[in-house]
Parts: sequence; structure tokens; C-alpha cells
Amino acid sequence: MTATSPGDHAPRMIDQIDQEFGKAERKRRLYTALFIAATLFVMVGGFGIAEDMNSGSFIGGLHKFFDYPANIVAESFEAGWGWYPLLLHFAPALIETVNMAAVGTILGGVLALVLAFCSTRGLGVWPPLIPICRRFMDGARAFPELILALFLIFVLGASPVPAIIAVAFHTAGALGKQFSEVNENIDRGPLDGLAAAGANWTQRMRYGVLPQVLPNYTSYLLMRFEINIRASAILGFVGAGGIGQELRKAIGWTQGAETSALFVLLFLAIVAIDQISSTLRRRLTGDGVGHV
Amino acid sequence: MTTASATTLGTDEIDRRFAAVLARSRRQIFWPVGLALGVLVYLVYAWIAFDMTSLVQQSRFDRAAILALDSFAYKVHVTEDLRDAGAPLEISIEGARQGGFREDPDWVVRTETGAAVDLGDGYRAVIEGRTLTLTGPGLDGPVEARVLEDGTVEATGSRPDWVKVNDRRFEARPTLFQRVRITRTRIELHRYFVGWENFWFDYDSPYHGMGLMQAWAYAGSQPQIEEGISNRALIFSNFWTNKEWQHGDVFKALLETILMALLGTLVASIVGLPLAFLAARNFNPVMASRMAVRRVFDFLRGIDMLVWSLIFIRAFGLGPLTGIMAIAFTDTGTLGKLFSEAIENIDGKQVDGVKSTGASPVQRYRFGVIPQILPIFVAQSLYYLESNTRSATIIGALGAGGIGLKLVETLRTGVDWENTFYIILLTIAVVIAMDIFSGWLRRKLITDA
Repeated sequence: MTATSPGDHAPRMIDQIDQEFGKAERKRRLYTALFIAATLFVMVGGFGIAEDMNSGSFIGGLHKFFDYPANIVAESFEAGWGWYPLLLHFAPALIETVNMAAVGTILGGVLALVLAFCSTRGLGVWPPLIPICRRFMDGARAFPELILALFLIFVLGASPVPAIIAVAFHTAGALGKQFSEVNENIDRGPLDGLAAAGANWTQRMRYGVLPQVLPNYTSYLLMRFEINIRASAILGFVGAGGIGQELRKAIGWTQGAETSALFVLLFLAIVAIDQISSTLRRRLTGDGVGHV
Repeated sequence: MTTASATTLGTDEIDRRFAAVLARSRRQIFWPVGLALGVLVYLVYAWIAFDMTSLVQQSRFDRAAILALDSFAYKVHVTEDLRDAGAPLEISIEGARQGGFREDPDWVVRTETGAAVDLGDGYRAVIEGRTLTLTGPGLDGPVEARVLEDGTVEATGSRPDWVKVNDRRFEARPTLFQRVRITRTRIELHRYFVGWENFWFDYDSPYHGMGLMQAWAYAGSQPQIEEGISNRALIFSNFWTNKEWQHGDVFKALLETILMALLGTLVASIVGLPLAFLAARNFNPVMASRMAVRRVFDFLRGIDMLVWSLIFIRAFGLGPLTGIMAIAFTDTGTLGKLFSEAIENIDGKQVDGVKSTGASPVQRYRFGVIPQILPIFVAQSLYYLESNTRSATIIGALGAGGIGLKLVETLRTGVDWENTFYIILLTIAVVIAMDIFSGWLRRKLITDA
């Protein structure tokens, strides 16, 4: 904006505003056009490259898209009543996956709690610790779980434990960041009040911070649990046990009925936990929470 | 509290006056204690269910140490073949047949009957015929090992705890950086060096053994090394086609992974937006169609990226297209749901304001609705772009291709752990770069809008 003195004539001012506005508008339009052009370019170019790199083509594969699901459905119908016991047969595998996710979430959550408190300013933590904890969380978040799980499977052998450690590690980073964001946004009043009443550090945290952050913490924890169930299922695929491993076997041996039973089980589990946790979350915080 | 009284209250008095408050706070204590106990019991159950005790016994932590060492170091083998007395001493990197040296390194001195080898850290080994003498710090005397004519292996002299010996085998590992191994057929010495061998150029390259700067200088000083290509271009092409590190392939795989994440998210957000309007209460008054769209979102989300990628691999084969479709399908569900929630939460007054100026329905959307949801649209899409970079690695490893598959391949062979480590580093670098890029773009777009 150009500065205008009160003595200026009104018509000139409007002209000027009009001009400025037009300029800004043109600039904005240019940016929008550029952005759309860039998006289109990435889309067209990217799909071109992807099509080239892919071993099968898009058009060629399109008709095959329904083949595999159709096969599975057909084989499941062939199995007839024998299909339902399969659900029961694979239930232990599902329980193992849920257990993997739960233990990973608990261990990661405890670590996240510690990290979150260590990376929040103004809670009386030794200041040099703050950036260290933050960088550690960034690293833990960026590290793909799968890589850690594969490495640990190599060392510890194929079992659910490598997956749990990998999930816990990633959870510590992801939850730690969300927790520390909650910590940053608390009302400092109660803390000052408690300090004035002579409360020590533990008491200040217990009565000043925890009541404020607990609903959000629980909500984030539940959301992470949900994500971790999917992650544990995927890690099973590389040898960590649970439903993922069964799925890999079933797909590898092209057992349609088993595969569909596992798909259904996984789908039901994810939807059920999705529903339960979103109901609980809504009750705790009043509305949904963001995504990291 | 409320009034400032002159008398101070005794503990009993406080108990009596605030009995209700205190009782409640005592009751509240049971909650966390109970919860903590429950979690503890659950963890004990998990410990038993996952059979942790036997796992701890079975785990191979020595493997971890070797892997860790291999990720930043390489070893040079010095091998004496005992079956063929006339055979010369072999010196090679990682024992590879073509990994020979143009001339002997200065820490190996050949003698008439064997060799004197400096293993580093003060350890020295002397091979004389079929006998090996090892000296080093912390030893009372030399360790001697020999292979007798009948093929049995025996050791004499001092016997530190890092020496393992039986009739058929002698094994010594004073530190992680030296290793001596004797069997009936050969004496093998390993010396470890920190670094990644042949990272820039492989054995076939005329630049083998040089660093990048060194090769650049060398290229400038030499006449044309290979016909039809300039020396400097040859540097790049040799680096790019390095057989051991496969820089070109790794780069291509990285590009594939980024493509998957970028295009998958782009398609998901572009398809998700119009569908989100159909799923929003304030834009689609027809309950049945609204519910139908929402169930489609749930279905897409619920099936999970893993399963989608398996289905698409069958249809489209290996490659980025499969990954793109898997990400696009899953995230159309997720983003569609998020967008529809954002659309339901817009401020109606702004739309009314635009309407009151006589705006057409299209203008009402353009100026009343879009500005309100655009920041959320951009922010959520970019958040998902970030997390999809990680996801693309994972579904890639399950078979969709890209850097994930490359990683699993090198891990499965298990020989060149440093290659795996290199790919891990690159993957993490890409994930972090994506993180920073999307954060930067988000700030830029949202504050400018």
C-alpha cells in the first residue's frame, strides 16, 4: 500500500486503490495459473514416467484389475460353509497383531511422554535437553518402521518382537511430537498458582499439567493405536508374525478362501477399532484432532 | 482461600472441613494406580505370549555387531592357500575374485615362505609355510597356530579368550578390526578399514581407487581414455553404472518412490475434493447419496494400503503405477473424509454475503466456499504427501517397487550390508527432504493465501 495523506482528493485515491488491487489480482491470477500448470505438468509427466517404469501398462492392466478380487470371491463361494470357520481359525493371528500394536503403542507412548516433557520449554527441564529430544523425535519419526523391523528381524530372528520395537520407536517420535505440541498450548495459570503455593516439580506436573493434557494425550494415543494396527499388519508381511504373515502365506499359495477370510478379518478389525476410538476421542476432546 | 483468618488450620481441622474434597481426591488416586497395574499385567502377559525369554537367548547380537561394523567398514582378505604350496598369496577386497590390488598394500610384505602382515592396532601376523604366528598388545607371548600334515589344526603359545580353536579350525578376533581364520585348506587374515570401498568407481573403471576430485584431476591430465566419450563424461558414466553400488538404479528407485508419493497424493486430493462435497451435509441434502459416498470413503480407507497394493500388483505389475494407485485409493478415502468434515464446518455467513451481492451458484462456491476450505485442503494434502513418502517405501518393499524393494533385495542377500546402509541413508534423506519441502510449501501457500 502506498501512504496517502488525508488531503488527497478522493477520486485519485480510488483510482490508486483500483490500480493496486488490479496489480495484486493479476499477480495472484498468475500464481494460480502457474500452480495449476505445474500440477498438470507433474501429473502428465509423472504418469508418463510411471507408465514407462512400470512392468505392466495401465490400459493393459485395467481389465485385470477385477480379475484378482473376482478370483478370490469365486474361491470363497466355492468354499461354502467352510469359509466361516476360517475366520475363527485366523482369529489368533489377528489377536497377535493387535497385541503387537498395543504393546508397541504402550512402550512408545511411555517414551513419548518422557520425550514430550523433555522437549517443552517452561516446564523446568534442563534447557540443553530440549533440542536434543526434539531432534531425536524428528529422527524417530522420519525413520521408516519397516527398515528398523527388517534390521531387527535379521538380528533377533523372525518374531513379533522386532515389529514391536520398530512400532514403539516410530510411535515415540510421532506421539512425542503431538504430546509436546499439547504441552506447549497449556494454560500456565495453574502452574504459577501451584508454584506460588510451594508445590514441588512433581506436584506441579501432576496437578498443573496432567489434568490439562490428559484428554488430548488419550485421544492421540488411541489414534496412534489405530495406525499401529495397520503398521503391525504390514510388518507381519516381512516376517514379524500375526495376520500379515498369514496373509502373505495365503496370497503366496493363492488360497482364495483363506485370503478373503483374512481380508475380511483385517477390514472388520480396522473398522471396529476406528469406530471405537473415534467415539472415545469425541467424548474426550469434544471434536476430532488433527493429523501428523 | 476466601477469607483471611488469623488462626491457622490444623491438619484435623482441614480434614473435617474439606472432607468431601479430600475423599474425592483419594478416590481419584485409584484410577491411575489401577490403570498402571492393568498395563503392567498386560505387559507381563505380552512377555509370556511373545515368548520373550527364549527370544533373548536366541537372538544373535554378534550379528548386529558385525552388521554395524560392515556398514561403515570393509575388510581386505589376505589368503594363503595350503592345498597348493606354489600358489602366491592372494590379497583382495572382501575376498572378491576380481577385488585384487594393482600392487601390494604396504602393510603386507611377502617373504620366501609366506608373508608378514601388519593387521593394525599393533597386531602382527607372520605366515611361514603352514604356521602362523600372531603377536600383539596385551599378549604374554605370541600365539602360534599350525596345520599339521594330516590336516589337524593345533595352537600353542599364549591363549587369550578371543582365540577359539578345535581340531579343524582356528579362529582369532583380537578386536573387531582384525580376524584370523585357519582351516585345513587355508590361512585367512582379515584387516578392516573404515570407509565404503569402491563407492565412486568399480574395478572395471579406469578411475578405480580414486576419489571424485582425484578422478577429475586425473581426467584433465590424461588423453582420451575411451573412444567416443570425453574423460569427464566418463567419470559420470562410470560412477552412474558402478556395478557394486548401482548409483543409477538406486537413483531411479528413489525417483519411483517419490513419484508414487507425489502422484498418489495428488490424485487422491483431486478426486477426493469433489467427492467430499457430495459427502457434506450442507451441500448434498440427499441423505442416501451422502451416506453412499461416505461408505465409499470408509471402504477405501478400511481396505488398507497394503491390500490395495497387493491387488494392484496383480493388475499392473511391479512399478510406480501400482504404488500410485494404492496410495490414491486409500487416501481418496482419508482425504475425502477430512475434506467433507472441513466443508461441513465452513462459516455460512460468508456464503450468504456473496449470495446477497447477486452471485451465481458458481461464484458462491468460488468466493464463499473455496477460500474457506483451501487452507485445510492444502495443509492436509501436504501432510499426507509427507506420510505417503514413508508409506511408498513400505508398500514398495512389499512388492510395488522403488527404493523399498531395492532395500529388501540388498537386505535379503545379506552380503553387502554397506549397500543396505547406503540405501537406508538415502531413504531417510528423502523422507526428511520431503518433510522440509512440504512444510515450506505449506507455510508459503497458507500465509500467502
